[in-house]
Amino acid sequence: MSTSFAAEINSVLAALILLTSFGLLVQRRIYGLLHIFAWQGLLLSISTAIVGYTAGLHHLYISALLTLTIKVIVLPYILYLLIHRLRIHKEVEDMINIPTTMLIGIILVILSYHLMSPIRELSTLVTRSTLAVALATVMLGLLMMITRKKAVTQIIGFLAMENGLFFAATSATYGMPLVIELGVALDILIAAFIFGIFFFQIRTTFETLDLKAMEKLKEEE
Amino acid sequence: MREGLYPVLIECLQVMTVLIGAPLFAGWIKALKCWSQGRSSAGLLQPFRDLSRLFIKETVLAENASWIFTATPYIVFGSAVVAGAIIPVLSVDLPLSAMADIIALVAIFAIARFFLALAGMDTGTAFGGMGSSREMMIGSLTEPAVLMSVFTVSLVSSSTSLSHMAHVLTSHTIELRPSLAFALMSFVMIALAETGRIPVDNPSTHLELTMIHEAMVLEYSGRHLALIEWANMMKLFLFAALGIACFFPWGIAGANEIWMLPAAVLLLVLKLALIGVFIVFIETMFAKMRIFRVPEFLGMSFLLATLGMISFFILES
Repeated sequence: MSTSFAAEINSVLAALILLTSFGLLVQRRIYGLLHIFAWQGLLLSISTAIVGYTAGLHHLYISALLTLTIKVIVLPYILYLLIHRLRIHKEVEDMINIPTTMLIGIILVILSYHLMSPIRELSTLVTRSTLAVALATVMLGLLMMITRKKAVTQIIGFLAMENGLFFAATSATYGMPLVIELGVALDILIAAFIFGIFFFQIRTTFETLDLKAMEKLKEEE
Repeated sequence: MREGLYPVLIECLQVMTVLIGAPLFAGWIKALKCWSQGRSSAGLLQPFRDLSRLFIKETVLAENASWIFTATPYIVFGSAVVAGAIIPVLSVDLPLSAMADIIALVAIFAIARFFLALAGMDTGTAFGGMGSSREMMIGSLTEPAVLMSVFTVSLVSSSTSLSHMAHVLTSHTIELRPSLAFALMSFVMIALAETGRIPVDNPSTHLELTMIHEAMVLEYSGRHLALIEWANMMKLFLFAALGIACFFPWGIAGANEIWMLPAAVLLLVLKLALIGVFIVFIETMFAKMRIFRVPEFLGMSFLLATLGMISFFILES
């Protein structure tokens, strides 16, 4: 496999990751969101393995494997269990106007391309062109956290942001040192557990997972 | 040979192909649909029989119909023929295609739609107005998306002339291009909406509340209806040909390659047959969506087209 061919495959994967980010943004059903999130993790892990192959860095294989286990299997499973336990009957979430959200998303992608173009000029790596996609994934995850109302979907947005950061690390510097990656993976895993506990707490206090209810906590002026 | 009669002959041949091929293609889709549902089909030639029957029948005009109503079938048919002369179906060697690029092509389709919508409202029936307003809503959403998706191909080939685009794509080596993949997905969604197929419109229904295209042409009869139906089949054929020219141009004869023409015809038939299978597959798998979902569907295709354009700049330049 030549370097240019690997770079081509990597850009196709980057494009697919961007597509899954938009998929997360517009998907209404919670189980659909979980599926898309798992797909994004899978694409991310394949992309990491390919970068590891072309750069000859073997620790990237380990992080690809780590991504595969945690983001494709464990996290979606934990979230699935949570949704199941919390008995979220109403799967469909009303959102503010999907076309508007999509347009904002497109603007964010253009913005991140613009922000990343100076860095791209300086970089010499084969993966330099995917940096903008990575930043866009982070921003789209953030947008998802802002526009969604339910706690579970916001967490998925947060995890998608983390996917984007991981992708940025791989494409900007061929990945972080393994120690840091292990630490981040463990953090995410623990965060998922803590989120789970929070969900139950939120629901017992407010009897809903809609975070709008939290506005009741504001002090009366 | 380049300067002589050859390009004119090619042009005539191509227009004939579009005129005759369109009903055949429509017949193929109908036959496939019949087979997939376990019915026996009426054969590939049935659209021709329908058309000739309509041409023989008497034309009934509403009393208050204005000149727009009588002129529209000819305008719609004429614009479809002109579009057929621009899109490289068999060969890129088209004298007329130098005159009009992809933007002009979209404008030609827009003229046909504009007059069809006017004619729908002309007789003053309730269904006509309803169909016109729906058609214009869909049109206003598809036109930017179709331009965006074809512009992505223009970016790759750095030209807006269809013949040149097809030529550049065939002469390059095959690369993995995410931008073209996005543009293709978006184009398929738009083409389904533009040609009035499921999941946006159902071409074979006269169920009053769901029809879009049929509602506009409800008042037509006789040869007017025949022209409109024929133009509609040509539109389907042309969108298929446009997709082929933009995304799978391999096999379209290049400039001065007269020996390629038989192969081009054969490949065209093969590609169209496959597209027919694809359309029938979609129409079997999906139900027609609610009209209020259509903007979301078309917004999605606009998003895909824009992503294609962006990913050309991000990932391929």
